[in-house]
Amino acid sequence: MRPRTLLPSLTALAATLLIPPLLTTSSGAETGTNIPGLRFMVPNTPGGGYDITARTAAKNAEDAGLVHNIEVFNLPGAGGTVGLSRLVSERGNGKLAMSMGLGVVGAVHTNHAPSTLADATPVARLTEEPDIVVVPKKSRYRTFAQLLADWRKDPGSLPVGGGSSAGGPDHLAPMLMARAAGIAPRSVNYVPYDGGGELLASVLGGKVAFGVSGLGEYRDQIESGELRLLAVTGKERVRGFPAPTLREAGLDVEFTNWRGVMAPPGLSESERTRLERLVRELRGSPQWRESLRRNGWDDAYLPGARYGRFLAREDQRVATVLKELGR
Amino acid sequence: MGSFGSLLDGFGTALSPLNLMWAALGVLLGTAIGVLPGIGPAMAVALLLPVTYGLDPTAAFIMFAGIYYGGMFGGSTTSILLNTPGESAAVIAAIEGNPMAKSGRGSQALAAAAIGHFAGGMIGTVLLVLLAPTVAKLAVDIGAPDYFAIMVLAFVAVTSVLGASRVRGFASLLIGLTLGLVGLDQMTGQQRLTFGSLQLADGIDVVIVAVGLFAIGEALWVAAHLRRGSGTAVPVGRPWLGRAELRRTWKPWLRGPLIGFPFGAIPAGGAEIPTFLSYVTEKRLSRHRKEFGKGAIEGVAGPESAASASAAGTLVAMLTLGLPTTAVAAVMLAAFQQYGIQPGPLLFEREPDLVWGLIASLFIGMVMLLVLNLPLAPVWARLLRIPRPYLYAGILFFAAVGAYAVGGEPVDVVILLLIGLVGLMMRRYGLPVLPAIIGAILGPAAEQQLRRALQISDGSLTGLVNTPFSVTVYGVMALLLAWPLLRRLRR
Repeated sequence: MRPRTLLPSLTALAATLLIPPLLTTSSGAETGTNIPGLRFMVPNTPGGGYDITARTAAKNAEDAGLVHNIEVFNLPGAGGTVGLSRLVSERGNGKLAMSMGLGVVGAVHTNHAPSTLADATPVARLTEEPDIVVVPKKSRYRTFAQLLADWRKDPGSLPVGGGSSAGGPDHLAPMLMARAAGIAPRSVNYVPYDGGGELLASVLGGKVAFGVSGLGEYRDQIESGELRLLAVTGKERVRGFPAPTLREAGLDVEFTNWRGVMAPPGLSESERTRLERLVRELRGSPQWRESLRRNGWDDAYLPGARYGRFLAREDQRVATVLKELGR
Repeated sequence: MGSFGSLLDGFGTALSPLNLMWAALGVLLGTAIGVLPGIGPAMAVALLLPVTYGLDPTAAFIMFAGIYYGGMFGGSTTSILLNTPGESAAVIAAIEGNPMAKSGRGSQALAAAAIGHFAGGMIGTVLLVLLAPTVAKLAVDIGAPDYFAIMVLAFVAVTSVLGASRVRGFASLLIGLTLGLVGLDQMTGQQRLTFGSLQLADGIDVVIVAVGLFAIGEALWVAAHLRRGSGTAVPVGRPWLGRAELRRTWKPWLRGPLIGFPFGAIPAGGAEIPTFLSYVTEKRLSRHRKEFGKGAIEGVAGPESAASASAAGTLVAMLTLGLPTTAVAAVMLAAFQQYGIQPGPLLFEREPDLVWGLIASLFIGMVMLLVLNLPLAPVWARLLRIPRPYLYAGILFFAAVGAYAVGGEPVDVVILLLIGLVGLMMRRYGLPVLPAIIGAILGPAAEQQLRRALQISDGSLTGLVNTPFSVTVYGVMALLLAWPLLRRLRR
């Protein structure tokens, strides 16, 4: 092949292979719950929590025959607030939704984002997951009460590891715990890690006194005895684990890391109900129930306006904690 | 049953025609994805995840591993030929590879990179089979003070790549460190150099910095001189590695994994820092030190081998501990969970077929990649015979597409062009580009580990030297620094 034609042909080859999957457009008649051309935005990177929720939900909705083709796309940045800004700017677009969760609430505050969740339309809360309090096998803490007693005495000497940066879920959980225990959140020695994986290494190696994170990556380590589970932060115990809830362990606080769906502002009544109905029927589908089981998510369905009120309360709670930390 | 027996069973699994097909598909896809800048293997695996839902997990993971290794192979191709790194681990390959390509030794550079990947991947995977449980236990003991000690060592090593003028070298390093500062401070959530822009809150991706400084800076520089220059196309040399080149490269190929593998296995290691350390080592050890910066083949062979071995190291932490140390590993872990498989210390016992099939398929994938890439090297190298105006226009196009693909943000293209202007200015005033890149990679990592170490020790400086590992590293460093002084004193 002559070199002059090589580059164009290679480019053409690359284009034919790559562009069609990037430009998949949706089609389908407007029947029932189907929303032709619905796009589902993920405000963090592929493989992250919101991404897996969105892609699973989209796949389940298609398999259950609720919609024909949902396009999932990523617009990561600034803890989800870049995506949120885009969502808010798409006023009146009834064919766009965004996967999000508690992390976005904190990110709006830490990033001083111009658009907040109150500017968008709440569609539904979908899932929740409690955080867990874990120590390494060789730790001297056998129960949460022992840990709490030492933590109260000298919070600075007990570094807490979490899988998220300031304002994220794993940061909020220990801060809320501290407040309930009468420890000033400012004196909590919080060490942020890049996600639960990096934190896991540091907890296993005894670098931090205890770790607070989601159950996901830790299940196996707990079962094999490498980590000791001292408490779960949710309302109820996690099935299969003997650890108490924070309330049972004597700390009056409850925390779950939830995920939900938002839509752009300024939707018509019919557009809004159509989206809500789609999510409601998805939630009822056997495919979604199977996904919940597979991923270890708890169903936390909360529709439209009630979800909006819940968001406002969460926002208040996050804002209070961050304010006490001086941010 | 020993790991050797299990590995043989693994080959039994991986060599079934269907699994072979998935491995082949994976390496092909991975190579294509690696060649295109911006679309990394992590994104590719994540996008394919829902598609592979119907497959059995073993087949899916064999394909994912193919994509991962294939991406590593492909990433260096554009780096060498077009000075446009496809991903961050391939940044170092551009420094020696691109001058080689320009002087007509492009296919040798590509071959050195391909064999380097093969050697690194093979040795790394063998180490994975032999050492996985041991390494995993040690990896957990590495903490923030130890990482910081390694970073300090890396900074000391930087001085050897500062170039002839120390002032210019340090100026360049500071440009890199400043670029690395941009974004949200992870410890406190404070914004730094973001000018209130949300798009800058996550910092500037290293790939954008590297492509901007290398590719865009270079294209602008060439454009500024094109009228005066001769405008001749790049000569094309012999297609294969000669005996003299083989003599220079076999040691770097073997040394690379020694640096790359441990870095991949430790939780915050990654592939960038080992490639850089391998580059510095090869420069120190080479008998052709003067050629470095102008196209020394050791500078391609060593880092590429280290990058590939670090990919194998990543799998150690992922398979034995359920610890993701890179973005790809994180996505693969998520995939495990989607299949209802719990990654962690019990994985080898619970899913031996899957794990050993996966490891065996890595060996098979590597052979496939070598067979695919070696004959392609001379073909790719002929790209450079395109007349320079068209070639550089093409580079600008690919660089812009790549920058956009990283985050899907038009802002990234603007940042890319601005960094490209900085790159042009640096060339104009004789500032070396390499220290800037290293600053952008090392700076944020070193800062994070330093602050984490101090946070854990509640502000006490002893927190930096309270592990045997960190003390050893500082000791070795002091010896290295004092050695020239001591020798002078004796004389």
